[in-house]
Amino acid sequence: MRLFGLPGAGGDPALAYAAEPNTRTGPGEAGRHWVMVIDLARCDGCRECTRACTAMHFVPSGQEWIRVYEMRDHATGNAYWLPRPCMQCDNPPCVKVCPVSATWKREDGIVMQDTSRCIGCRFCIAACPYQARGFNWVQPAESEEQRRQPYDMEWNTRHFKGTTEKCIFCPGLVKEGKLPACVSACPMGAIYFGDQAEDAVTNSQGETIRFSELVRENAGYRLLEELGTEPRVYYLPPRKPLYPTPPAEPAPAMVGGHR
Amino acid sequence: MHAARPQHPPFSPREQRLLRSLTDSGWGFYALLGGLLAVIAWGIIAYTVQLRYGLVVTFLRDNFMWGVYITNFVFFIGVSHVGALMSAILRITGAEWRRPITRMAEAITFASLLMGALMPFVDMGRPDRVLNLLLHGRLQSPVLWDMLSITTYLTGSTLFLYVPMIPDIALLRERFAAGPAWRRRLYTVLAMGWKGTEAQRHHLERIMGVMAILIIPIAISVHTVVSWIFGMTLRAGWNSTIFGPYFVSGALFSGAAAVVTAMAAFRWAYHLEDYITEVHFRRMGYLVIALGMIYAYFTFAEYLTPAYKMAAAERGYLSAVFSGQFARLFWFTQVGGVLLPVLLLTVPRIAWVPRLARVPILRPVPALATIATSLLVLLLLPAVLPQTAALGGFAVVRQPPPWIIAALGGWLFLTLLPLFRQRPIAAAVVASLLVNVGAWLKRFVIIVPTLQYPFLPIQRAPAGWAIYRPTWVEWSITAGALAGFVLVYLLFSKVFPIVSIWETREEGHQPALASPPAGVHGGAADAPAP
Repeated sequence: MRLFGLPGAGGDPALAYAAEPNTRTGPGEAGRHWVMVIDLARCDGCRECTRACTAMHFVPSGQEWIRVYEMRDHATGNAYWLPRPCMQCDNPPCVKVCPVSATWKREDGIVMQDTSRCIGCRFCIAACPYQARGFNWVQPAESEEQRRQPYDMEWNTRHFKGTTEKCIFCPGLVKEGKLPACVSACPMGAIYFGDQAEDAVTNSQGETIRFSELVRENAGYRLLEELGTEPRVYYLPPRKPLYPTPPAEPAPAMVGGHR
Repeated sequence: MHAARPQHPPFSPREQRLLRSLTDSGWGFYALLGGLLAVIAWGIIAYTVQLRYGLVVTFLRDNFMWGVYITNFVFFIGVSHVGALMSAILRITGAEWRRPITRMAEAITFASLLMGALMPFVDMGRPDRVLNLLLHGRLQSPVLWDMLSITTYLTGSTLFLYVPMIPDIALLRERFAAGPAWRRRLYTVLAMGWKGTEAQRHHLERIMGVMAILIIPIAISVHTVVSWIFGMTLRAGWNSTIFGPYFVSGALFSGAAAVVTAMAAFRWAYHLEDYITEVHFRRMGYLVIALGMIYAYFTFAEYLTPAYKMAAAERGYLSAVFSGQFARLFWFTQVGGVLLPVLLLTVPRIAWVPRLARVPILRPVPALATIATSLLVLLLLPAVLPQTAALGGFAVVRQPPPWIIAALGGWLFLTLLPLFRQRPIAAAVVASLLVNVGAWLKRFVIIVPTLQYPFLPIQRAPAGWAIYRPTWVEWSITAGALAGFVLVYLLFSKVFPIVSIWETREEGHQPALASPPAGVHGGAADAPAP
């Protein structure tokens, strides 16, 4: 099964994907399994995460690598904000369909993206059920300074016309022991980031909590669990939200939002 | 014994007419050639605009990552399907009536595959990195499956077209011995020293026998993997287990219809009435009807199963297709693209149709005049009428409800039926064109509505990103590809006889197909319509 990049039954899917012979950025930090927890009850929809991400990575206009959705699951349900980064799936549909290994799964759980190899077929965008991938329909505007930077996919430097991009959990920052841009920018401390192997996640307010307890005690769930993508992003349900929720009328074309 | 046989028996009148089509090109040919080249040039201009500014010149955006180009891809690969496949099946089953039409069917495969294979490259964001597919290709990606199966099919179907052409090319080699140098050289090389010896004939038959069997699974695999670029995703509307056979059935249907169009076009342009008779249209008509019913069955199965359950994820695209934004397109593909063509093809066999002409409101002249006037009024009035509240009562006129259009359409259809009965070939041509228009639109309706309703709602999309309306660049490239298809096909028919000479000459084969031998191929099906 490894030959086809499919996880073998019962095996660790992350390892199956890591078998893909691709060492362009190295395997990531050894033994790490990055994981994110988003507490929906603490999200007030300010979109600081989106802004910080866009500023840090010069995310091309039209794309939001962490997008804050207005969700409402059913007519009597509570409306809530749903920040959606890339889920860094352990069974990533985008990686399966990429014809040139421009996207692949690292051992530390990150689904990497090499825009210098991408041929722009957009199959990964079609395959992603979370709409987490964006495409550079034009040559993105770059400052002179940006243009002088070397291509480094861990820092998302340089954006190319005709290629796909997405959130990659800021591996450059993480390597320096810092939190991803969206996590440290969240004024509410709603986003936690950490290492599943260490079983610890941290938010912008310096709270460090046991990952397993946080998810277990708060009935954590993953988005579109039934699709079997095995996301590395967990959500804590928006029970008794601390902040104003989105306007009550449901957003158009609202489907899914499974909870 | 065969040495004594004359190498080239004198050409019959119909063969001479056929050979004249290679060289005699009237103004019509040059007008068509010029028109096609102009459209292709325009398409190339559009593509250079796209190359320069990026895919932003299309209406494709993050939510609608695929659109018209992929529609074209599926459409052309579908049309390409039938040529080699149908010809192979007819060869294997020994259907003698196939002889005058196999070559034009196989040439469709060739021309259409070229255009279909081009489309993913047009769609690509970075065509300059196309070599990455070879350097870093990953076999688990359906893109690679497409590449492998399309190149295999292109190679296989080209051979399948070429090998049975060798005796004819040898014939042309002799005929153009004193002709233009390019023809002489081309035919000499391509004839590969064919002399028509018994051994050569034996080899040819063997190769064709093997190829006819090999080409069938290859052809089926091609359209199956084309469907899997959708079927391998999780998206509601694409996540279907029957997409492979569904697409194959749609491909066969549209491809068979394309052959009917080609038969009529060549018959008319090259005066091939002695080769392609009404019998061929009737037989191909039966084939199209059968394939249309299989396709309709698949469509029914594909839509009923999710529509019955109306799961949350599927509700969006299903209601858009059945009664929402895409309803007109969808119902046109079903009524205009399947039901009407099938009816039109059966008309010549229905005894009560002439009686329709006696119904007063179906008399052609008054009926057509009334329908045309009503349509004009319905289409023009909204533009002419002033936009005032006082005219609120004219809402019916301003936005004609679907039932008025449907009623007018039905009336038009019933009026035309008796006329079509008298002209079965015209009926077949109209039917086959409808099938192909419907086929293109159906592929569009498979791709776009699903993208309109992803799992997470489309939110915070920049203005204009939440809906897909193809731009002039997309239409121009599409028109260019269509013109390219016709051009390749046309030039092919100017270099090689579009009907196989040696195969229609073989012993036991009656040139006058209007009276085929009774038994296996004859019988009631070929009897003239009552």
